[in-house]
Amino acid sequence: MNPFRYARADDAADAVALVTAGGTAAFLGGGTNLVDLMRETVARPDSLVDVSGLSDEITETDTGGLLIGAAVRNTALAGHLAVRTRYPLLSRAILGGASAQIRNMATVGGNILQRTRCTYFYDTAGSRCNKRDPGAGCDAIDGFNRIHAILDASPECVATNPSDMCVALAALDATVHIRSLGGARTIAFTDLHRTPGETPEYDTVLEPGDLIVAVELPALPFSAQSTYRKVRDRASYAFALVSVAAALDVQDGRVRDVRLALGGVAHRPWRAWKAEAALRGAPATAQSYRDAADAELADARPLSDNGFKIELARRTIVAVLTELAGPDGEAA
Amino acid sequence: MSIIINGSPAALPADPRTSLLDLLRDTLSLPGTKKGCNQGACGACTVLVDGDRILSCLALAVQYDGRHVTTIEGLAEDGALHPLQQAFVVHDGFQCGYCTPGQICSAIGMAAEAKRGIPSHVSEDLSADVVLTRAELQERMSGNLCRCGAHNGIIDAISEYNTEVAA
Ligand SMILES: Cc1cc2nc3c(=O)[nH]c(=O)nc-3n(C[C@H](O)[C@H](O)[C@H](O)COP(=O)(O)OP(=O)(O)OC[C@H]3O[C@@H](n4cnc5c(N)ncnc54)[C@H](O)[C@@H]3O)c2cc1C
Ligand code: FES
Ligand code: FES
Repeated sequence: MNPFRYARADDAADAVALVTAGGTAAFLGGGTNLVDLMRETVARPDSLVDVSGLSDEITETDTGGLLIGAAVRNTALAGHLAVRTRYPLLSRAILGGASAQIRNMATVGGNILQRTRCTYFYDTAGSRCNKRDPGAGCDAIDGFNRIHAILDASPECVATNPSDMCVALAALDATVHIRSLGGARTIAFTDLHRTPGETPEYDTVLEPGDLIVAVELPALPFSAQSTYRKVRDRASYAFALVSVAAALDVQDGRVRDVRLALGGVAHRPWRAWKAEAALRGAPATAQSYRDAADAELADARPLSDNGFKIELARRTIVAVLTELAGPDGEAA
Repeated sequence: MSIIINGSPAALPADPRTSLLDLLRDTLSLPGTKKGCNQGACGACTVLVDGDRILSCLALAVQYDGRHVTTIEGLAEDGALHPLQQAFVVHDGFQCGYCTPGQICSAIGMAAEAKRGIPSHVSEDLSADVVLTRAELQERMSGNLCRCGAHNGIIDAISEYNTEVAA
């Protein structure tokens, strides 16, 4: 690990001032991703600004939603009663990720900005990676790419976003509250993460010095009717091959409204806008769910080792929607 | 700046690169906490910070200024094994013993989480009181790997501790 200076921020303004004071400073949450990346010299900040003690509150908003401080630990968010009862897909997504020890350390801000688990990104000893070393090339494209992207990848990068929590936040129309030297602003969660394009070194649209201070969940009348399903190589403590976060509102045998997002398939948490559009107003039947999944996955492109993800995503979407529709839907 | 380890204050390292794990093992000569992978994947380095289980290999020691850390060395009282340590002996909850300190600290943190009502990935009802079935214990302990495959004894020991002592 390269040497660095360490400072604890007193508040958001202090954190932003410290991180923009020059050099290559980075914010530090629980450290579960950044410390690992620094040890592997993938990340080499010359100073760390500790923001893990800033805002760890979860409060009700005037409009019936929740405002979640960026330093809320993953365990605290998953275990919060309002989240468990009103947004179960978010609790389930978090509880499906990492291990209890890591969830106790990890912050909401750090989880949102965790970096890909592409093994070539981690392998500083000999692999080429455009995300780690822009312009170097990508060894995953013709390498072992079983865990890589099937949607929206570019010739420069086929990495996936590894977060479970982010899939639920994408489905929920969350908003990210940012603080920077220029002031405060908000970004729709689905606009935060980028497609890789020609600049895969940027995971998100954030600028240097942008601090995540909170995430806001809007009220969603049917969000209690929601879940998260994760498919992985072992039953626990493994990243998703494919995952689905969904909330479903079925009335009189028809889909009145739906929120759907996928994990493990793209460089960003994937909001399934096309599937949602196909589902609204459609009969709540397995055939509708299959048609919606097909609409979403029509543009999916397999790499040499990950073609299975297309069918896996399709089946997982259908299974989750069937489960959520319950007796109001018609199983087929 | 200091950190409290098993009730005694210790100085924080001058070099912020020092992990809590290396502080414990190399500086404070407390080798009970083990280094397995040093990258968050095995749980051997699990310790309790203010009662919460965390991975000391991914923790920068300087981040834990003023916090109370409990390691495996801090569990026995007056020379008597902690009841969970005793349960591991009774149920053959180990073979080589390398993962054991992490398993025991993790299980103590887990019992506290369950008492606070924190659900798990396998909990069917997220709002119900936690009942630590075998499936719940396996899921909640999945962050602690055992290379020797002593998992059945480990779960037996934790299960006994939770029904008889922690309840
Ligand atoms: C073995 C292992 C298994 C895992 N399995 C899973 C899994 O199955 N699913 C899953 O979703 N995750 C998994 N994870 C990843 C884990 O969820 C992340 O490491 C964690 O959420 C990161 O949070 P943190 O607070 O520790 O972030 P840090 O490591 O502290 O920071 C991560 C990044 O966020 C930046 N940052 C932190 N806070 C802020 C802020 N407020 N504003 C701006 N930038 C900020 C940092 O600069 C850094 O770039 C796993 C990790 C490990 C080690
Ligand atoms: S040594 Fe910390 S998790 Fe393996
Ligand atoms: S007893 Fe040997 S690793 Fe668990």
